[in-house]
Amino acid sequence: MNAYVGTATSRVDGRAKVTGAAKYAGEFAADGLAHGFVVAATIPRGRIARLDTSETLKVKGVLDVLTHAHRPPLADKDEAWKDEVAPEEGSPFRPLYDDSIKFNGQPIALVVAEDWETAKFAATLVRVDYQEEQSFATDLEAERSKGAEVKQLHKPRGDAARALAGASVRHEADYFVPTEHHNPMELFATTTVWDGNGRLTVYDKTQGVQNVHKFLCSVFGKKPDDIRVLSPYVGGAFGSGLRPQYQVVLATLAALALERSVRVGLTRQQMYGLGHRPATIERVGLGAKPDGTLDAVTHEATAVTSRYEDFSRNDTGWAEQLYKSPNSRFSHKLVRLDVSTPCDMRAPGAASGVCALECAMDELAVALKLDPIELRLKSYSDRDQSEDLPYTSKQLRECYARGAEAFGWSRRNPAPRSMRDGKELVGWGMATGVWEALQMPVAARIVLTANGHAEVSCAASDIGTGTYTIVAQVAADALGLPIENISVRLADSTLPQAPVEGGSWMAASSAHAVLGAAEDIRQDLARLASTMPASPLGGVDAADVILVDGTISKNGDKGRAVSIADAMRYGKLERLEKQKLNQFAEDKSHARNTHSAVFAEVKVDEQLGVIRVTRVVSAVAAGRILNTKTGRSQIMGGVVWGIGMALHEETVMDHRFGRIMNPNIAEYHIPVNADIHDIDVIFVEERDDRINRLGVKGLGEIGIVGVPAAIANAVYHATGKRIRRFPITLDKLLD
Amino acid sequence: MINFQYSRATDVADAILLLAAHPGAKLIAGGTNLIDLMKENVEQPSRLIDISRLPLRKIEETADGGLRIGALVPNSDLAYHPLVEQRYPLLASAILAGASAQLRNMASVGGNLMQRTRCAYFYDTATPCNKQTPGSGCSAIDGRNRNHAILGTSASCIATNPSDMSVALAALGALVHIAGPSGERAMALTDFHRLPGDTPHIDTDLGTGEIITAIELPPRGFAHNYSYLKIRDRLSYAFALVSVAAALELEGDTISEARVALGGVAHKPWRSLEAETALRGQAATTDRFSRAADLLLRGATASSHNRFKIELARRAIVRTLTQAASATPQSQAHKKIA
Ligand SMILES: Cc1cc2nc3c(=O)[nH]c(=O)nc-3n(C[C@H](O)[C@H](O)[C@H](O)COP(=O)(O)OP(=O)(O)OC[C@H]3O[C@@H](n4cnc5c(N)ncnc54)[C@H](O)[C@@H]3O)c2cc1C
Ligand code: SF4
Repeated sequence: MNAYVGTATSRVDGRAKVTGAAKYAGEFAADGLAHGFVVAATIPRGRIARLDTSETLKVKGVLDVLTHAHRPPLADKDEAWKDEVAPEEGSPFRPLYDDSIKFNGQPIALVVAEDWETAKFAATLVRVDYQEEQSFATDLEAERSKGAEVKQLHKPRGDAARALAGASVRHEADYFVPTEHHNPMELFATTTVWDGNGRLTVYDKTQGVQNVHKFLCSVFGKKPDDIRVLSPYVGGAFGSGLRPQYQVVLATLAALALERSVRVGLTRQQMYGLGHRPATIERVGLGAKPDGTLDAVTHEATAVTSRYEDFSRNDTGWAEQLYKSPNSRFSHKLVRLDVSTPCDMRAPGAASGVCALECAMDELAVALKLDPIELRLKSYSDRDQSEDLPYTSKQLRECYARGAEAFGWSRRNPAPRSMRDGKELVGWGMATGVWEALQMPVAARIVLTANGHAEVSCAASDIGTGTYTIVAQVAADALGLPIENISVRLADSTLPQAPVEGGSWMAASSAHAVLGAAEDIRQDLARLASTMPASPLGGVDAADVILVDGTISKNGDKGRAVSIADAMRYGKLERLEKQKLNQFAEDKSHARNTHSAVFAEVKVDEQLGVIRVTRVVSAVAAGRILNTKTGRSQIMGGVVWGIGMALHEETVMDHRFGRIMNPNIAEYHIPVNADIHDIDVIFVEERDDRINRLGVKGLGEIGIVGVPAAIANAVYHATGKRIRRFPITLDKLLD
Repeated sequence: MINFQYSRATDVADAILLLAAHPGAKLIAGGTNLIDLMKENVEQPSRLIDISRLPLRKIEETADGGLRIGALVPNSDLAYHPLVEQRYPLLASAILAGASAQLRNMASVGGNLMQRTRCAYFYDTATPCNKQTPGSGCSAIDGRNRNHAILGTSASCIATNPSDMSVALAALGALVHIAGPSGERAMALTDFHRLPGDTPHIDTDLGTGEIITAIELPPRGFAHNYSYLKIRDRLSYAFALVSVAAALELEGDTISEARVALGGVAHKPWRSLEAETALRGQAATTDRFSRAADLLLRGATASSHNRFKIELARRAIVRTLTQAASATPQSQAHKKIA
């Protein structure tokens, strides 16, 4: 019975959020709470020659200043610092570990005081002398030739270089995606509560409480029971909270040093010292036969990483999911620079890589004088090219059709600069989006009480994506209860196992964990009900029993039912508790992906170069949509972000100082209301019986992929100018 | 942020006394610029003299039919005041083109005139900047200068004044009323802000012991033919790359009076009397507007990343004058450049 799954159910935590009842990591109170303020390095590379805290310590209210030379012990092995999502290669950053400076903005001291203002003031009195390393580098383009190849997920097929060289129509170009920062609304913060005897309760802004828990235990040599990590609400994270961030180490370090509760909050500016989407040069080559079918695809990404860790994502292989081509070659190179390690940021790899690929496809369509959709359909692949596997489902063709229809694509005049509206040139562009449909082992616990309420719990986070709501919906349907009777607890490290919330895997994974636990409840209740004296369910096979409307009833025959309350009373059960770890069966016979077709209309002031994205249609095929309301919001958010990626977002560095020059949201631009017009989200029906029981694929990232390219292609169509350097600001159109 | 003392001024005379008694003190009104700079340790006043409760919140008609606006009138109150909307819509429009609704509610007229540049190096105590630390050098000249000045620059500083309101005030010929230890004085707004020269740390001609008490608008409001056009990197809530305030009086198709001021291009709102003279008595045509643009931009020089601003300014001037002449001013509410 699906009373909730698949409907536009409002967020169950919406009221708590808008009324302020929802508490975030930096809002938890504790007796005697002290406050830590971070002192950050102002050079990109070198050593701390002298760190003088004497003036700081004189300030009334200052409790201590922690530095690499003055702190409790920290683990000294890299292994201890490797969290669940740390890059395989490298040595994770250890805050306040030693005197080395690895990036500008690195924390080098923590001033702890009775209150935040005192800590902040006293931090200005810390005197630092550096031994500066002159040979630092932060400019990817200048250092491009130093790119070192990393292992590729996708093996080369055929001879792409030769096929590209010999192709009758060929396009090859570099696309540049700058460094970008997540800028979640909530600032990073941790409140570490000293519970006495070395035991700690840690409220952290994170996408994975169990990841942080394990990390803290290993970094501080604690037993699992000594530390509990909670993150009940997260005000956006977008990947920035996947790895434990340095403030959780500092707050915990200070709590241990002072044996009292400590909060460390970062400022917006300091958050630019965390992870980022790495600047990347994407070189794409496409070769086509005269009939427009692809014969060669090459894609080489050269991306930034830090000097101490090799962070890389799959930027280049996406063509293998989308297009048939007998020859292909992919490579990913890393350039080590004096910056902090990049990290996942919404659709990591794909947002940048598919952007380049889909701009290149547009350029090829122009060269071939083909409609961009037609070009894509000519090489449409029903199999994953790399693994030569069919998909569990792939309704991308339908996405193109439905999206084009809703957008009115057939009315497009293909010639650039051919459409206008007053002083504005009008451009229509499109692009394809693709992401993975991942799923992970997640456990859930359900406690059903005789009064017909259920509490569902799981360690998973809800980073704003709607996990609370989905879990409640699935539980309500599976248990046959109204959603008001379901309460959900998430993001506590003591709850049943869950990985970090990322990769778009949490909806499918948590939903099936809940289904699994609910299934055990159903079986117990069916057994119980059938043994009741004169049970209407006597002789009914347990497999034929469902939970609906607060009853245990025979499927398809509501007349044969027992109320859950009666059954539990009969069984003398106050509560029925089931916990289940859901493991998805391994299926190597199929590829799993979500897809989208994105259509964008831009209007460009011909004289002034001002660009407006007046319409976006995003047609998404992502299996079954668990909640059409939160799902739509998720895609709209992705589209808005994609507009920002196309037109606004850029972390500006001055490479002479190796320093970020716009570390605030006044100067780091994202779209504002005035930049957003019509956004139409279409969920294309995609039944998928193979991927998992519910046919769910996840929506977290797919919404952004393809959007920047669709806009860049529309800008070309409007103006005849091909901008391959993002963001597309108006100066680039004026030259 | 460093620690500071705090006093609340009871009246203008008290504020002046407090300023005199406490070297290193700063006035605080809405705080939207000063507090930001204090958080970055760029401004380190020893004392804040809070003037936000002084009785400088009135908007009154003057004897000659102009308007006198108290220095503490919030930017939004000024923009939505009926007399301003009716008689000085150019000013209302320029204010609404700036910042966000929340900031405009807090920001005062005096603070707006005194707001400091948004040059990123000025905001960062870890990078050299002559405006912040005289003699330390200008990081922008060979650095990130995409939104720096193209007019009136010096070898010491190429920063711009970020105010939108001031651009309209410059076009309207506003006066700044000032009170200080030696009494009251008034000066033209166009003389109030300085060019950087070799003292870029001094933004204005306001003395250290002085306070702005009011702005005065002359009777001429250009309420019919005006426009404020702000070109920026997103459609709202961004500082100008280039902005233009245009005000015309027309007799038939002939321009009888013209004012054009530019924002985002210099250390002060930029006017050219020559350009305005060249418009007077001429037909309101694109050619004439282009000619005026040439005159306004005479001597414009680019740095490494801001060459586009010269051409952008030229086109924006023509567009704004066209909007003004046709009495179709740029809307600050539509998500569109007209
Ligand atoms: C994110 C952001 C975006 C913004 N965008 C724009 C924009 O697009 N366009 C724009 O024009 N502005 C913009 N602003 C700036 C805003 O307009 C100014 O911060 C505001 O006008 C300053 O007024 P205030 O009263 O808050 O000044 P305060 O911060 O209180 O003071 C600023 C300075 O003025 C001095 N001062 C204040 N009153 C007087 C007085 N009566 N006499 C003498 N000195 C005085 C103070 O000592 C101080 O040095 C933006 C600001 C922010 C934070
Ligand atoms: S332009 Fe002016 S404000 Fe900017 S760095 Fe140079 S001196 Fe400082």
